[in-house]
Amino acid sequence: MAVTLSLSVNGKPVHATVDPRTLLVELLRNHLGLTGTHVGCDTAQCGACTVLVDDRAVKACNVLAAQMEGAKVVTIEGIAAADGTLHPMQAAFKECHGLQCGFCTTGMVMSAIDLVNRHPKASEAKIREELEGNLCRCTGYHNIVKAVQHGAAAMGK
Amino acid sequence: MYAFELHHAKSVADASAALSRTGGKALAGGQSLVAAMKLRLAQPGHLVDLSGIPELKGIRREGDHLVIGAMTRHADVVSSEAVKGAIPALAALAEGIGDRQVRNMGTIGGSIANNDPAADWPAAVLGLGATVVTSKRKIAADEFFKGMFETALAEGEIITAVSFPVPKKAAYAKFPNPASRFALVGVFVAQTGAGTRVAVTGAASSVFRSKAHEDALAKDWSAAAAKAVRTPDANLNSDLHGTAAYRAHLVSVMASRAVGATH
Repeated sequence: MAVTLSLSVNGKPVHATVDPRTLLVELLRNHLGLTGTHVGCDTAQCGACTVLVDDRAVKACNVLAAQMEGAKVVTIEGIAAADGTLHPMQAAFKECHGLQCGFCTTGMVMSAIDLVNRHPKASEAKIREELEGNLCRCTGYHNIVKAVQHGAAAMGK
Repeated sequence: MYAFELHHAKSVADASAALSRTGGKALAGGQSLVAAMKLRLAQPGHLVDLSGIPELKGIRREGDHLVIGAMTRHADVVSSEAVKGAIPALAALAEGIGDRQVRNMGTIGGSIANNDPAADWPAAVLGLGATVVTSKRKIAADEFFKGMFETALAEGEIITAVSFPVPKKAAYAKFPNPASRFALVGVFVAQTGAGTRVAVTGAASSVFRSKAHEDALAKDWSAAAAKAVRTPDANLNSDLHGTAAYRAHLVSVMASRAVGATH
């Protein structure tokens, strides 16, 4: 039997009736058309599907949509300003070339925002440790870490 | 994933009734259960979501005990001043679980109810001689962990909290599998009011106490004493990540590192 859910996605109320098996990432991509959240490994290892749930980074492939009742979900589509100005962390990834193929990028950016919210002055070592749930198959970590450092500085302004 | 019915429980009584009526499984953070269901390793016909039950969340000090609600997320244990003040070893242990995203969803109650042989929380619960509080009773840690993925929980019984006695000293050290971050071997050491306790996870089919380490450390609380103990490898796991002999060796190494980390 389907379950009915009410949650907020990128600041907008969402009411959905879904099969209980529906994963959060499936709700976002298939039901809401928010394809910026990627499915990489589909086994909660790579972090490409990371979104913010009540301001915390969560792997959307490893939670049921039904667990999101009443939650505030933010995806990569929801972080830029209304006029299209990039979020400071997005701008930092662009500026520092913190991406190669770009597949892991949206998850990296969402994790980085959670990281900087908790550790505004994180050291390089701390950033590397905190990003262990996000894998970059291109191994572009050097510029990703640089981007997070720049993004942290910009978010602090 | 196989099809199932989902129930949002509003109270512990509501959740217990739904579990007893349906024979289903409780859903905590889902970081192990949802993954197992996707792989069709678990196929419950009914899931009862516990996330909407407020009384299962939170951390509080009750005299000489620290009580952690079953639905408290690992990340909340990491950042809790009450935990850092009373039993900092628990905050450190929680910070080593999985990755940040997993810690943001996974819960202490879910971890110990699942009793994965390589999970971290069972080592702390057994190592401190904690009490598992359920919807029906209080279960001593020594009676709770029964075997691989097996606990003393009865059908429809829900963990509501874990009550940890505040120890004199405690620490946890683990050798994480570099891919999964699960413990290849993890050792929790503690000097408690009830004596010296040493619990080992990851090495066997379920968490267990190492009597030899407890005896050695009761006489001499030192890293060298812990390292000198030989652990028999007869009942330890052997797999592609490490042989039983390797794990046996790691038990004493991790025990000595844990003792060295206590202060």
